[in-house]
Amino acid sequence: MAYVAVKGGEQAIDHAHAWLAEERRGDTAIPELSLAQIDGQLGRSVDRAMGEGSLYDRELAALAVKQAQGDLIEAAFLLRAYRTTLPRFAHSSPVDTSDMRIRRRISAVFKDLPGGQVLGPTYDYTHRLLDLELAHDSGGATPKCHDPMTAMPRVPDILRREGLMEPDGDGATEPGDLTRQPLAFPASRDVRLQALARGDEGFLLALGYSTQRGYGGTHPFAGEIRMGEVAVEIEPPELGFAIDIGDILVTECQMVNQFKGSKTVPPQFTRGYGLVFGFSERKAMAMALVDRAMRAEELGEEVTAPAQTVEFVLYHADNIEATGFVEHLKLPHYVDFQSELENVRRMRREHETSPPPAGGGLGEGAVRTLVNR
Amino acid sequence: MPDALPPDRSKTPRQRWMAVLARADADAVQARLGDVPRYTVLRGPEPGLVMVRGRTGGGGAPFNLGEMTATRCTVRTDTGLVGHAYVAGRNERLAELAALADALLQDPVQQPALLRQVIEPLAELQEARRAEIAAKAAATRVQFFAMRNMRA
Repeated sequence: MAYVAVKGGEQAIDHAHAWLAEERRGDTAIPELSLAQIDGQLGRSVDRAMGEGSLYDRELAALAVKQAQGDLIEAAFLLRAYRTTLPRFAHSSPVDTSDMRIRRRISAVFKDLPGGQVLGPTYDYTHRLLDLELAHDSGGATPKCHDPMTAMPRVPDILRREGLMEPDGDGATEPGDLTRQPLAFPASRDVRLQALARGDEGFLLALGYSTQRGYGGTHPFAGEIRMGEVAVEIEPPELGFAIDIGDILVTECQMVNQFKGSKTVPPQFTRGYGLVFGFSERKAMAMALVDRAMRAEELGEEVTAPAQTVEFVLYHADNIEATGFVEHLKLPHYVDFQSELENVRRMRREHETSPPPAGGGLGEGAVRTLVNR
Repeated sequence: MPDALPPDRSKTPRQRWMAVLARADADAVQARLGDVPRYTVLRGPEPGLVMVRGRTGGGGAPFNLGEMTATRCTVRTDTGLVGHAYVAGRNERLAELAALADALLQDPVQQPALLRQVIEPLAELQEARRAEIAAKAAATRVQFFAMRNMRA
């Protein structure tokens, strides 16, 4: 694959970008969107841009959404590019999701779980009817309840008390980092989780769905979904002790799956894990399904389906890489195509002088061309 | 309410005030600090990144979840106190004010007044915001009374 630089388009490019800027702004008789409006009123877009851009900053993500005219993959791309301009100060201590300030917490496996089911600001149970009144001003007071919330243990911990849930595993290793080392295989679970957390929601949703439809089925239950703020703590070397730098909103999903057991492990439940920036429940659930599917080999299950194929999933989950490779097809391939053109013309001539045998598919020339690419 | 307590149960006084300052509004910190002594900025304020980590399954091996923006600053007062700040986001003014407040709070003479005038009111505001969200969440807690009545 080759493409050559082509000069001469500078003015056209400038004019195209000027038109883009005008299109982005739209009718100047209508007030311009502020970043606070985007964050406040299009918060799920901001969440998705942060998740797939792998950069938590609500204001920057709102700017990216604005600059990209609401194109969320483009917005994530802008955030990924921006992060390369900044130095990294530190990594945080692992956030403690059991200490989350809960806004939503539900379980599909225990009705009366300790701490209760907290619905939070959910679309669940809405009728998905367009609310025509929302076309005008909306708003209203949210009911409040000042009864104290009780402790909300994580559902896997409840199952673990009976010994029916696999343990979380060792917590001592230094995790891999895709922003510093390219993806390599076999990819350990920490790297897989990082790739999934920044992976494309649509891709992971489709793969998760495929496992439910039988392509690597794992009989999942939504053991627990929780959403809320967690504190972020770092330990700067100049201080020598840990400090809070603020809070981030995250969504966590514990997908519970049956496991028949093996020679060394008794039958128990296993889990797929999802953790994403913002209120991104669909993404967290899809991530947990795909995380569990990719554990097939580790758990001695047969690897037959796309979602269980670690290389396939991880090489295609990143929509920034995907969009780069797909969209590069727009760049000039004039020389490349010229040689294809010559090839097809030659094959045509050969075909006209000596037709291929009956039932033959591609001619020999076409096969050679494919192999040569 | 127990869940809405500030995340400072096991923190030293300095960790606590740094946590409060990191979550504060720059205007509010400045207003509450009032007149400040002369100081020198030793580093920053500069924006950068913190890689946020999670744990596999919530309690297992760490993994890198994604980055967040943060701003850091270090200042020294003319009296020789050095203050540090790391705050989420890209607010350079907040980082500088937080570093200054951290320096001043280390002076045992000024500390009680600064805690009273700056840190406690800011902590109360943050607590009120958490309590408000917690109250909205609590109002959406499912009560299965209907199910019980049907069975009765």
